[in-house]
Amino acid sequence: MADKAKMPANIDETVALLEAGGYVSDRALATVLFLSLSMGRPLFLEGEAGVGKTEIAKVLSQTLGRKLIRLQCYEGLDINSAVYEWNYAAQMVEIRMREASGDTDRDAMESGVFSERFLIRRPLLQALEEQDGGAPILLIDELDRTDEAFEAFLLEILSDFQVTIPELGTIRAKEPPIVIITTNRTREIHDALKRRCLYHWVDYPDAEREMAIVKVKVPKAGEELSREIVAYVQKLREIDLFKNPGVAETLDWATALIELDMIALDPQTVSDTIGVLLKYQDDIARIQADEGQKILEQVKADVRAAG
Amino acid sequence: MTRDGNTNGNQGKDGIPRVNRPDDGVRRDAKLQSVRSANPDGRLPENILYFARTLRGAGMRVGPASIVDAVEAVRAAGISSREDFYWVLHSVLVNRREDHPVFDEAFRLFWRSRDLIEKMLQMFSPMAPARDREEEKKAGQQRVSESLFQGRENDKKTVEQPDIEINALMTASGKEVLRKKDFAQMTAEELARARLAMSDLVLPVNKVLTRRFAAVNKPVRIDPRRTLSTSLRSGGDLVLPKFKKHREIHPPVVVLTDISGSMADYSRIFLHFTHALMEQRRRVHAFTFGTRITNVTRQLRMKDPDEALMEATDSVQDWSGGTRIGATLHEFNLKWSRRVLGQGAVVLLITDGLEREQDDQLEREMDRLHRSCRRLIWLNPLLRFEGFQAKARGIRAMLPHVDEFRPVHSLDAIADLCVALSRPAGRRNDPRIWLDAMRAA
Repeated sequence: MADKAKMPANIDETVALLEAGGYVSDRALATVLFLSLSMGRPLFLEGEAGVGKTEIAKVLSQTLGRKLIRLQCYEGLDINSAVYEWNYAAQMVEIRMREASGDTDRDAMESGVFSERFLIRRPLLQALEEQDGGAPILLIDELDRTDEAFEAFLLEILSDFQVTIPELGTIRAKEPPIVIITTNRTREIHDALKRRCLYHWVDYPDAEREMAIVKVKVPKAGEELSREIVAYVQKLREIDLFKNPGVAETLDWATALIELDMIALDPQTVSDTIGVLLKYQDDIARIQADEGQKILEQVKADVRAAG
Repeated sequence: MTRDGNTNGNQGKDGIPRVNRPDDGVRRDAKLQSVRSANPDGRLPENILYFARTLRGAGMRVGPASIVDAVEAVRAAGISSREDFYWVLHSVLVNRREDHPVFDEAFRLFWRSRDLIEKMLQMFSPMAPARDREEEKKAGQQRVSESLFQGRENDKKTVEQPDIEINALMTASGKEVLRKKDFAQMTAEELARARLAMSDLVLPVNKVLTRRFAAVNKPVRIDPRRTLSTSLRSGGDLVLPKFKKHREIHPPVVVLTDISGSMADYSRIFLHFTHALMEQRRRVHAFTFGTRITNVTRQLRMKDPDEALMEATDSVQDWSGGTRIGATLHEFNLKWSRRVLGQGAVVLLITDGLEREQDDQLEREMDRLHRSCRRLIWLNPLLRFEGFQAKARGIRAMLPHVDEFRPVHSLDAIADLCVALSRPAGRRNDPRIWLDAMRAA
């Protein structure tokens, strides 16, 4: 894509924009994304693992030609690794140098040691700075992995797009970044943070859309194989497994089956490759027993009936 | 003329005064004024405002800021179809997945008549929506219609008195009986004693280390940031090391309470205990189970214990009914475990373990639960009978999968519960002892 890509002017253009990046979206997602872009609000995406939450940010960055800044959250993530850190070693050296030259005026020392020169910028601070090609896309990934204390810290950044560094003052973004927050819902995010965002629950796609996704992402898969794969995965999502396979698993499975030169599903191959699709032993045991066989027969019959 | 005929203002006439706080009307009217002045010739903002009120009445948390956002969003999107309008409002007003059905129903009921949306969208300008709404009164989803038609229907909730119930203690049934329960209110003395008992409570795995740091004076680990900023106070002449250490916090607690018939006598104490625990700690989730699992966390968060208990009991439908521990744990594992056990939670499972169903689901689900939490503590009030043996099938299925098995000898007050939980885990709490005794017998 050209790096001068324009912001979409309506919902249809948003759908087209995502499509250009190889992302097949539904109307609801395109609507909320369009609003997020036009209102300058962070987009809060919640959903099971592997439904394409992170992918949205990547596709946006690529199609809009913006830089992607990613903050992967983890337990214990703190201000030092998320926003900024001082380069302590260099600061110490600076103090010694000043001492050696006899320049020990306290104010000069303080402003010299705590200047931008010694500031190490972490993702959140980087996102507030000007970039080539417009404001960057800030992806705050898996926010639920960090703790509540960190959420509170995000409030200032998300509502005013500014960060306060006690020694330097407040740093404000000239052009607010496009913020996308994802969570897997391993805990509830506080309402105060959600309130500042536009919320969207990313669900598993329906058969039609999943088919379109497979076509775009795994073009080598034949028509019949893709149809069977999608129908099989859709059936799996109906039978109350501990962890339903996501879209990412569908694509992995399709790729795996192509690597094995399959053109249609057969019971043995399904059983051998089920580890690509299901990641819990209880679920795998269930499918490898007779339940998987039943589903496969039903899928075959359905696909035949559909033509 | 807007549709304020039904949704306007302070309709706290249905005997639930806490829904409408006294200042609500004033605040809302002020908000209304500001929305009006934003677009003096458009009725759309007002209708969105009333729609938002309807949602609020149906239990969704829609603040004044979201209403302004909604109006702004509708203008920004310049929607052209009903579906777009739906999703535009959805994206601003819905911020929990659970609210989606409520929104859906409210949207259908509120915007359905007389091509309201279509006309609104055409002009963003004055128009008269439906005037006679009486005929539209049709039961939709309960909460939404309650909100829309507040005060029209009397609350016909029947409350069964516990004292006319058959005492189902020591028996287990798989039958689903849906009923409501009414507890006695807490006396001031009881409350005072409970507070006192709670202040001494030390749960098993009371504190865990986090990866965050707190400042300390003991030389544990050097804190460069603090060291440097304090050294500059002396102009950099004196660099004294400052220290930090890993901070300790309470791990999240998840309380799963059995409220089936065999546990009926204790439900009140357990709920009060959970409520008191929530006052003390931040990360506590509470569930009740009998024949189905109910999340009562939000309800128990209310400050007043009686109010909290009333809210919680209203939301639970399977009081004193049968027990399906296996099935309800399955539901918990599937729907909730990943949401509430994520951060290394301690699970407090309060049940007598009397399971009716005769399959191995219970064992499977206990195993799954055990593997998804930091520590699984089973609190069994049946142990108050001396000479208790792990004979019941359900108990034998559950015992191998718990970390601690805590007896409660007498259970008349929260204090007894606190004592049982605070005692350091010893041999008696090892589930294997009970299993061995059972095999020997």
